[in-house]
Amino acid sequence: MTPIDEFHEVLRDPAAYGRKLREEGRRKIVGYFCSYTPEEMIYAAGAHPMRLFGTGENIHLADAHLQSYCCSLVRGALEGALAGHLEFLDGAVFPHTCDSIQRLSDVWRMNVKGPFHLDIVMPVKLDAESAKEYMADVLKRFRKDLEDKLDAKLSDEALKDAIVRFNKIRGCLGRLYEMKNKNPGIISGSDLYAIVKASMMMDRGRVLDLLPKVIADLGKKKATAETAGRRLVLAGGICNHPDIYRIIEETGGTVVWDDLCTGSRYFEGLTEEGKDPVTALAERYISRPPCPAKHAGLFSRADHLVRIAKEKRAEGVVFFFLKFCDPHAFDYPYMKEALDGEGIPSVMVEAEDQLPSEGQLQTRFETFVQML
Amino acid sequence: MPQFLLYLFAKIKKIILHFKKQKKMKEIMTVYYMEAKSARVGGRKVAWITSGGPVEPLIAMDVIPVYPENHGAMIGASKMGTDLCERAESMGYSTDLCSYARSDIACATVNGGPIGGLPRPDMLVCCNNICGTVLKWYEIQARYFNVPLFILDTPFCHEGFTEEARRYVRRQLDEYIVFLEKACGRKMDHDRMKEVGRLSLEGQRLWQAVLDTTTHSPAPMSAFDAFYHLALIVTLRGTRDVIDYYTQLLEKMKDRVAKGIGAVPNEKYRLLWDNIPIWHRTRWLSQKFASHDACLVADTYTSAWCGTMKYIDENRFFDSMAEAYTRIYLNIGVDEMARTVLGMVDKYRVDGIVMHSNRSCKPYSFGQYDIQKIVERERGIPSLIIEADMVDERSFSESQVATRIDAFMEMIKQRKGV
Repeated sequence: MTPIDEFHEVLRDPAAYGRKLREEGRRKIVGYFCSYTPEEMIYAAGAHPMRLFGTGENIHLADAHLQSYCCSLVRGALEGALAGHLEFLDGAVFPHTCDSIQRLSDVWRMNVKGPFHLDIVMPVKLDAESAKEYMADVLKRFRKDLEDKLDAKLSDEALKDAIVRFNKIRGCLGRLYEMKNKNPGIISGSDLYAIVKASMMMDRGRVLDLLPKVIADLGKKKATAETAGRRLVLAGGICNHPDIYRIIEETGGTVVWDDLCTGSRYFEGLTEEGKDPVTALAERYISRPPCPAKHAGLFSRADHLVRIAKEKRAEGVVFFFLKFCDPHAFDYPYMKEALDGEGIPSVMVEAEDQLPSEGQLQTRFETFVQML
Repeated sequence: MPQFLLYLFAKIKKIILHFKKQKKMKEIMTVYYMEAKSARVGGRKVAWITSGGPVEPLIAMDVIPVYPENHGAMIGASKMGTDLCERAESMGYSTDLCSYARSDIACATVNGGPIGGLPRPDMLVCCNNICGTVLKWYEIQARYFNVPLFILDTPFCHEGFTEEARRYVRRQLDEYIVFLEKACGRKMDHDRMKEVGRLSLEGQRLWQAVLDTTTHSPAPMSAFDAFYHLALIVTLRGTRDVIDYYTQLLEKMKDRVAKGIGAVPNEKYRLLWDNIPIWHRTRWLSQKFASHDACLVADTYTSAWCGTMKYIDENRFFDSMAEAYTRIYLNIGVDEMARTVLGMVDKYRVDGIVMHSNRSCKPYSFGQYDIQKIVERERGIPSLIIEADMVDERSFSESQVATRIDAFMEMIKQRKGV
């Protein structure tokens, strides 16, 4: 199996992978839902942080708890837990983000028995002095909560080591993105997608074995001409649909960068090493590219997207949203307007638990790419 | 006197009373909106503020508070919501977004709607204790009007209020005052702030007392009346007007209780309403339930504006705002909401619950199914879920809802055996 195959293998059946880790029994497994989860703390407390993306299929148990106008990520996450697919978890962590994740935490706490449950209620506004102090306070509480729930000691030393480790992982992912950006033909979008997502799920020791290998393998590949397709940036929340990369590539485009929670927003901005670790983590959450459920300024998200598009010499932007995701839907008109103002064309696609039909997507992307 | 004359006399008196009540409220609200619209002439500032936001410092600074959510409700009640929502959709806003936000965002660009648009804001004050939607909505308006935005971030209380959250919100209250002083170009008068705090608390006590009159059978007013009278405690909390108005209203309600006059002429069944009203169908729903001799005697919505008095310290009003504004009904866990609902079921002795599953309001609606199950398990009373939207009429099917209400009332009647 090639390293890339191994990443794909984890994504094919995350629950099976979770069970396997559990059987190996090296670390307790803590599931989490959002890129604001302090994975470093979970890891430093001796547990394995595993990001959960929900099941996309056959949601029916969750229907007894959540209305149909709730997004498929939240409904799918609850479905997975109620259906017993997540029995390998020792605990689950819910960072407060949007209104839907907020209620998912409540409904989960009230209905899913077994794994421990932890909330982490970070500040929503990030651009005030009070918020900086509160962010650090929240992380201190989370650290103590984790120690209690995991019955473990979380030392500063272990936390510093974890920060170095996760910085390495994030650094490798950034390096891979840069390689693809320079030479889009050397790795497919769906391969890169699998690597980033699986890096949030797999044993992190293994991730750190594999990522340098992937980088080395790609480095050996002959640079192909930049004819892989029209250079596009993919922007939105989480992406659970690898097919979108293939469809974009088949219609003459290629994703050279993204602004996704399952992409660059996960790895951009490293944690400062060599200072108080909790302060360093707090500073990263305040300064990293924000989720739209947070406030870092009135124009921060559009500025960030425009900057990415220009830096990466993108010819267009594909907005890819989950239906019923309010924070992204509210930001869309102003972000599109900001791109329009810079002469960067964009197209918007919305997915529920399934993508729109392939034919429909092909037509839309073809039209879009031809227009560029 | 012949029976029919007595009846006629009572009817006429009722109509006059009703008219007086209406006129008074209309007068206050008209004066309020006229003042707000002519604020610039009077040299006063206008702040747009969220419905759950701390209005008292604005009143103390003589800033006129304006409520886009209240505006949303007016748009819904005047059935102008669908048009404005469609306009927002043509601006790129998804049809799945909050209809208050959609209609307000659209209205700002056309100065349309029932009162020709809201007065232009000089500043925006957004408290996210009710939802994350207001944050996005106010960001949009801050960009549109190019005015300063203050965000009061009230950490969600899944299982209580942490010490660090208390410090954080308290510190933001100081940031709020700094923001207001800068926007107004003068200092806060802290004695005035104390007085406004005192008036706010008195207003909340009176509003709670008004709502409490419905513990009597028959209830002298219904939740539909409360939806109407609510406007003042939301918009003008901390002013003398609120106190005068609710003092009079309380007297009227007490009088009706003494005379045994009910909001529903032949009240047999008592129900609890959950969620924001379906503004475009309040009259229809009121009549529909009344036709079954059912009165919606209480609701989780209007009581939210007096629900955190237990956290207010009269002598330290400003400090205690941190807790009172953070622990409101929508900013707590579903299990604590269910306990609140159980408390209301007992207090108002209700026979059933009507829940509006509101497409526009995720924090209010997600968790309703669990609350429903808890109430059925703990109190054995049935509940009805109505799928709708508070402003956007497109997601409402009158015939379907009518059928479901009829079936629900049949069940209540059979259970009660009356």
